[in-house]
Parts: sequence; C-alpha cells; structure tokens
Amino acid sequence: MGEMHVVLRHRDIPDLHDLDVYVAHGGYAQLKRAVTTMQPAEVLDIVKASGLRGRGGAGFPTGLKWSFCPRDVYPKYIVVNNDESEPGTFKDHELTLRNPHQVIEGAALAAYAIGAQAVYIYCRGEFWQEMKVLEAAVARARAAGWLGQRLHGTDYTCEVYVTPGAGAYICGEETALLNSLEGELGQPRLKPPFPAVAGLYARPTVVNNTETLANVPPIVEKGAAWFKAIGTEKSPGTKVFCLSGHVERPGNYEVPLGTPFEDLMALAGGVWKGRALKAIMPAGASSPVTPAAKLAGLPLDWERVAAAGSTLGSASFIVLDETTDMVWVADKTTRFFQHESCGKCSPCREGTYWLKQVYRRLVAGQGTAADVDLIGDIARQIDGKCFCPLGEFALSAPRSTLQLFREDYDRAAAGAAAQNGQAHA
Amino acid sequence: MGTLQTTFPAEIQAAIANYPPGRQASAVLRLLYLAQAAYGHLTPEAIDEVSGILHMDPTQVRGVAGFYTLFLEHPHGGYVVQYCNDLPCALRGADDFLPVVAEKLGCRPGETSADGLFTLECVMCLAACDHAPMMQVNLEYVLDLTPEKLDALVAEWRAKAAANPPRRPPFGFGPPSEMAAPHG
Ligand SMILES: Cc1cc2nc3c(=O)[nH]c(=O)nc-3n(C[C@H](O)[C@H](O)[C@H](O)COP(=O)(O)O)c2cc1C
Ligand code: SF4
Ligand code: FES
Repeated sequence: MGEMHVVLRHRDIPDLHDLDVYVAHGGYAQLKRAVTTMQPAEVLDIVKASGLRGRGGAGFPTGLKWSFCPRDVYPKYIVVNNDESEPGTFKDHELTLRNPHQVIEGAALAAYAIGAQAVYIYCRGEFWQEMKVLEAAVARARAAGWLGQRLHGTDYTCEVYVTPGAGAYICGEETALLNSLEGELGQPRLKPPFPAVAGLYARPTVVNNTETLANVPPIVEKGAAWFKAIGTEKSPGTKVFCLSGHVERPGNYEVPLGTPFEDLMALAGGVWKGRALKAIMPAGASSPVTPAAKLAGLPLDWERVAAAGSTLGSASFIVLDETTDMVWVADKTTRFFQHESCGKCSPCREGTYWLKQVYRRLVAGQGTAADVDLIGDIARQIDGKCFCPLGEFALSAPRSTLQLFREDYDRAAAGAAAQNGQAHA
Repeated sequence: MGTLQTTFPAEIQAAIANYPPGRQASAVLRLLYLAQAAYGHLTPEAIDEVSGILHMDPTQVRGVAGFYTLFLEHPHGGYVVQYCNDLPCALRGADDFLPVVAEKLGCRPGETSADGLFTLECVMCLAACDHAPMMQVNLEYVLDLTPEKLDALVAEWRAKAAANPPRRPPFGFGPPSEMAAPHG
C-alpha cells in the first residue's frame, strides 16, 4: 500500500496554504454548502457515519464526541488541539504550516455541527510561525467572507481565534489545555464533567486534534461511504505516521490505516545504514516499545497495535535500530516526563524524579542490580495513583524496555560493577 | 502607565479582544509574551502590570509565568537558542552535535555567552524530529544543522548584532502578521 493524501494534500497541490489556491481546489465550498443547505445534524450524522476517530491519541469516535454536547446550552466552543508536544510527533506542524485552511474549514464545520460560534486554535508556544500562518489564514478567509458574521447571508456566525500556549506538554491534555486557555495553571481537571458538557468557560466544548479536523472537509464533500472504504472497518481513513529516529528518510507519511508495518517502513527507506530493527515506539515517548518480532506483518490500526502490546496513539513511530541501548532510551523518556510533570499530584511529581535519579546512575555507569529492581518498585508506586494519564505515560518506556530488553539493563549494571571493582582493586 | 502599556497599547487591546467579555484572564499568556518583549524578562513590575491590566491576582499571574518554559525569569541573550536533544533528535546524533553548537556560540547549555549575544538551552521535542539536529532561535526553526550551516548563521547573527543590537528580549507575541511564508 502506498501513500494517500487526504490531509497532506499540499504535497500534491503547490501553495495550498494560499487562500486562492485552496478555494480553487474546492476549499470552503463544504462549509458554504453546509451552512446554506444542510442542518447541523446532517453534518454531524455524516461524520458519525464515517467512523472518523480522533487522531490526537485516544482514537475516540469523533461524531460520537460531538453528539455529547447538549443541544440547548449556549455558547458552545470548538477547541483545536494544536499543542503537538509528544516526542516524535510533527504532523500538526506540517499541516498547520502547509495546509492551514483545511484545518480551519474542518474546525468551522465542527462548529456548525454542534452549534458553536467560536473556534479557538490552541498552539504550543513554540509554534510561533504556525500561529502567524494560522492568524494570517483566518484573517484572509474572514476578509473573503468564508468565516465571520452571518455567513453567506444566513444567521450563522463563526469566528476563529488563534491562542498561544507557552511551553508545557501537559497542556496537550484536553482539560489542562482548557485551564491554560482560561488563564489558569495548565493542570488537568477532574473528569467528569467532560468538556462536552462543561469545557471552556464551563460551556459545552469539543476538543479535537488538528489532524482529526482536517479530515472533516473531505468527509463532508465525499461522504461517509467514501471514507469508510479507506482503511479498516474499525479504523477507517488515512493516518499521518510520523517516522523519526533510525530510518533512512524521517518524515510524515500518510497511508490508509491498516497498512502493514513493512510497507510504511519501505516508504521511509527502511532502517538506516542497512541495520536491523530492534524495536519501535509507535506513539512517541509515551508508548511501550514494540519489539521487531511483533511488528512483522502487523497491520497498523488502533486495534492491532494495541493487541501487539502497545498503542497507536497519534502514530509517532520512533524507530530504534539494533545498536540502540534501551536503558539510554528509557533515560531520555524519563527525563522528558520528569520535566513535563505538572506537579499537581505527588506520585507523578515525586515518582518521575526518583526514576530520573535511577536512570541517571545507570547511564552514568554508576548503577547497580538493586537500581534495576528499584525501577519496578517506583513504577508500582506511580501506577494507578496519578491524577491524569501522564504519570502512566512515564512508565511505558521503563517497564516495557525492562521486560523486553532486560539484557541492556544487566549490561548497564554489570558495567557499573566492573567499574566499581576496578576502583576498589 | 507602565512600560508594557506604553510600548504595546494596540497589541494589548487586540489580545484581549480575542476572548469573550469578562474572560480577559484568557489573554494572560499573550500579555506575558508582550510584557517579556517590553521589559526584557518577566520582572516583578512586568507581572504587576499584567495583573493590573487583566484584573488578576498578581500571585496567580506569577504562578502562570512560572509554570511555562517560554517565560523568562531572568535576562537572556539577544538570541535564545533552544537546542533539541530529546529522544528522536538524539537518535540522529543531537547529543554528539551539542558540543559543536556550544563551541560556536561560546556558551554551554544554560549559559549566556560573554558578549551577551546568545543564551543556549537544551529543550524537549520541538515537533521537527525529522530534521535533526535542529533548534529554534528566538522561536524560528533552524533545521538539519551542519557545522557549516551553523558557522554561516552565527556569522550572520554577529554581523547583524554589530550593525544593530538585537531587540531584547527575544519573544514578543505581536499582532497578526501579513501573509507569512510557510516553511518547515
Ligand atoms: C499528557 C497528554 C498529552 C496530550 N497531548 C496531546 C497533544 O499534544 N495533541 C492532541 O491532539 N492531543 C493530545 N492529548 C489528547 C487530548 O487529551 C485529547 O484526547 C485530544 O485532543 C482529543 O482530540 P481527538 O479526539 O481529535 O483525538 C494528550 C493527552 C494527554 C493525557
Ligand atoms: S499525573 Fe503528573 S501531569 Fe498528571 S496531574 Fe499528576 S502531576 Fe500533573
Ligand atoms: S526530538 Fe527534537 S524535535 Fe522532536
């Protein structure tokens, strides 16, 4: 199976970021058609029937999420999650820079479907350039009458705003994002209530990932049946896979869900330097490593990656070749999660700190066999005791590498023992 | 009026207008960026001015400023170099390239160069792992680094600074730009 560009259409259409080019290729026509000829419920039904699932990590059915918003409570909001901070993920970066109008049109269609009149696009603070591109795109689309007040002579109004984060991975978690957007500390909220019921300013809010929403205009245009015919039954459509690490050509590759692992790797030129594959992390730093043996012939969709012991998440494949030291990998991810723990709950805040100390010792050649055992002990004190999923994300790499590649840990501890032995000799 | 209000009066109004009436606290991140641009870093006066404009408790604003990595609590160089050595970049040699960056800039991670021009920081993933080694300089992407590319850039920055000292501090969130050219 090869590439198929439903959201990365700019790869085939030069200058698609330009409003005129976007409109010349059918852009904003679906929003106009929806607003002037369709009921909101019709838009919602098409998206529901398409089986579109969230591309931000959890894979939750998008139309179903939209339908949880109560009908008669106003105002409502659409929030675009453009926080993209998971190590190994860089698809929303490309989408917002190269195809911003498709994201904006998708968000506006979502707004129409749930009866929202305002969209906030929350961008991680480092997406300075993305924010400029999005703001310029919104301003031009608004000036041309594609967005704004009383669209196309109807009563429907849709305003789109770009809003900045300021450097915090946790603000990708939807309730932390909403707190950040309200001017509070970017820490997660207790759920329920879910954002669909009480989200931004305690109003019904749908938070969707950038890539999820970019799928909506083509779905409304071509219909649910078209979309369902791509991908697999439970995971329809295409997915942008971000390939990083030890591949020949790292980058974004959009392929139908269910594409076999080998086909995806072939698009990126395979493992670099002619080396063998050791493992991948299929959903960035927060996912358990999946060893090469489990990847052979694996169709890449949410169900089957889960069955292989990991998670597809937002499909950020960090590729690890045969020379990779898994203790070093887990040290890197542990440093990430320790840095990004929001500090709200102690199992995560303290636990990631202790894990980091243990890994620092191991990679510095000062660890012991007792340190290796300590990893499991600390993990047990974090697991199931955290306020939000980040705490458990921090355990994915340590636990899975320890279980699957114990020899790397033994080597780290033995190296330290040998060093200590020399020191005492 | 404080430095922020005299420097960016229109930008402040535009920032607040992005949010519904009464929800001006939502503009706090935008205003902190502006304050950083006006004051150089987030001094106590900067925090107080933002709190005053938004009718927020200064303690809350201080907490918000401290929560995020892009808010600077002390002076930085004119070019803030945020070099990524997180896992995906490190798999493609980012740790090995770091000493090269440090040497060319004349400062180690966490430090500012003696001439005050550069501050080097190691940061987590910047969503451009397919272009490692990479960094952001005052939040602009610099991708696919090589020693030659770095040499040329550093020379360019030094020449620019000699002609016209860089505006301190680096990050200010200005009003919507004209059509920006995409890249990356
Ligand atoms: C710690 C953490 C970080 C997250 N980061 C992101 C992110 O950067 N982007 C994103 O779209 N979703 C992220 N999510 C998932 C969001 O909470 C949410 O599920 C998603 O935005 C929903 O959109 P979707 O249904 O379109 O996937 C994160 C979740 C957690 C727990
Ligand atoms: S698990 Fe970590 S990130 Fe989540 S609320 Fe607790 S401290 Fe914050
Ligand atoms: S790890 Fe460096 S940009 Fe992602």
